[in-house]
Amino acid sequence: MSKVRVLVGTRKGAFILTSDGKREKWDVGGPHFAGWEMYHLKGSPADPNRLYASQTSGWFGQVIQRSDDGGKTWTQPGTPPGERTTPEGMPKGESNKFVYDTSTETGKPLTTHQWYDGTQHPWEFKRVWHLEPSLTDPDTVYAGVEDAALFRSKDGGKSWQELSGLRGHGSGPGWQPGAGGMCLHTIVLDPGNPQRMFIAISAAGAFRTDDAGKTWRPINRGLKSQYIPNPEAEVGHCVHRIAIHRSRPGVLFMQKHWDVMRSDNAGDSWQEVSGNLPTDFGFVIDVHAHEPETIYVVPIKSDGEHFPPDGKLRVYRSRSGGNEWEALTKGLPQSDCYVNVLRDAMAVDSLDKCGVYFGTTGGQVYASADAGDNWAPIVRDLPAVLSVEVQTLP
Amino acid sequence: MIRVILPPHLRGLARVSGEVKLDIEGQATQRSVIDALEASYPMLRGTIRDHVTQQRRPFLRFFACEEDLSHEPPDAPLPDAVASGAEPLLILGAIAGG
Repeated sequence: MSKVRVLVGTRKGAFILTSDGKREKWDVGGPHFAGWEMYHLKGSPADPNRLYASQTSGWFGQVIQRSDDGGKTWTQPGTPPGERTTPEGMPKGESNKFVYDTSTETGKPLTTHQWYDGTQHPWEFKRVWHLEPSLTDPDTVYAGVEDAALFRSKDGGKSWQELSGLRGHGSGPGWQPGAGGMCLHTIVLDPGNPQRMFIAISAAGAFRTDDAGKTWRPINRGLKSQYIPNPEAEVGHCVHRIAIHRSRPGVLFMQKHWDVMRSDNAGDSWQEVSGNLPTDFGFVIDVHAHEPETIYVVPIKSDGEHFPPDGKLRVYRSRSGGNEWEALTKGLPQSDCYVNVLRDAMAVDSLDKCGVYFGTTGGQVYASADAGDNWAPIVRDLPAVLSVEVQTLP
Repeated sequence: MIRVILPPHLRGLARVSGEVKLDIEGQATQRSVIDALEASYPMLRGTIRDHVTQQRRPFLRFFACEEDLSHEPPDAPLPDAVASGAEPLLILGAIAGG
């Protein structure tokens, strides 16, 4: 029987939740890295036992962790305890090193972006928000970081190199941080085209590469954001999350700061599909594993009030790719609920029926084993959940 | 032999409990002690000093002999009591938050 492994990053450690394919009884493992902010954990599609984790701290900086046994044990890549150098003599500890590319040979090295007060400010690495393993190579993994840039490791996380063509895009000096910092938080790899990937930055917008990361174009046409001077500007939009179905990578769904959007041409243009949602502010969006037109969001009241409208935690599902939405409430609190669901905190499994999972800032991780019709908490009292990823295992 | 007390988060990262003991060649300074610490525990590289600037991370402090040494030059000699191992060098995280 299949198994499910749910990887949960929280403000104070990581947790690994496991169940068989029925998804009724769960084992809760952890905390791993207790006391550290675990922004994101994700497994390699090419080797499910290979996991990557972003461990970070305002005090101690960034640490990358890797597991090769499905989360039982972890090491910093290239740095086993007690060893000082690699056989090649390479210093250990390089896996935590994210250095912006300032060479003249590779792209257009930038030194500044727009700061809150309108002045130019140096790019400063703060943390890794999102880790996206390659679809085909367990040793290749991408990292989206704050201040916004994209890094890649081709050696299992031992060392990282910036794909500087993104930060070197001509619009870079106009990017500016949102309230949560200027972070690259979404990386979507096209399963049908290894040259293509999509990323999103708060608050710059969405970008696409068609040459494996060398060059990038903004893909924000059709987005309208009333909180920027030109609501239809090429960049400056606060995109919260992008999701695709792997069978149809040219169709993108987006939860923007406000507005749920859809593109049928790989981001060349977008249409709003918020439809009858009670509010179209939110962070997460995801797609059913087997139904490319079935999508999920969790509406949040507003950018000033980060909790569900009316104190009711409701997932909304559209079976028509947007515009027509139904509230999913069975098993979710329908009164006095004032948690948030952050952008990386929803995922789906690929079992039949499709499982849907999300975590809250109140520390609950909810699961539905029937595509959202019924929900139950796997755990109720974790630290605030930052990210949820799911692995479907044989 | 130099004694170093790490904050709990970094003890966990380095997989040590209690004090760390280091042998330093030459003069004991903040720089030479952190260099030796990172050589023995490379997983700590970048967590005490920034990977690029090599500056002390802003929310960390170096204390010894009831003195805050954080703003001393990195190559200034540490107190004799630290150099002799009589007193530890404390690396601690600032209390921040509420």
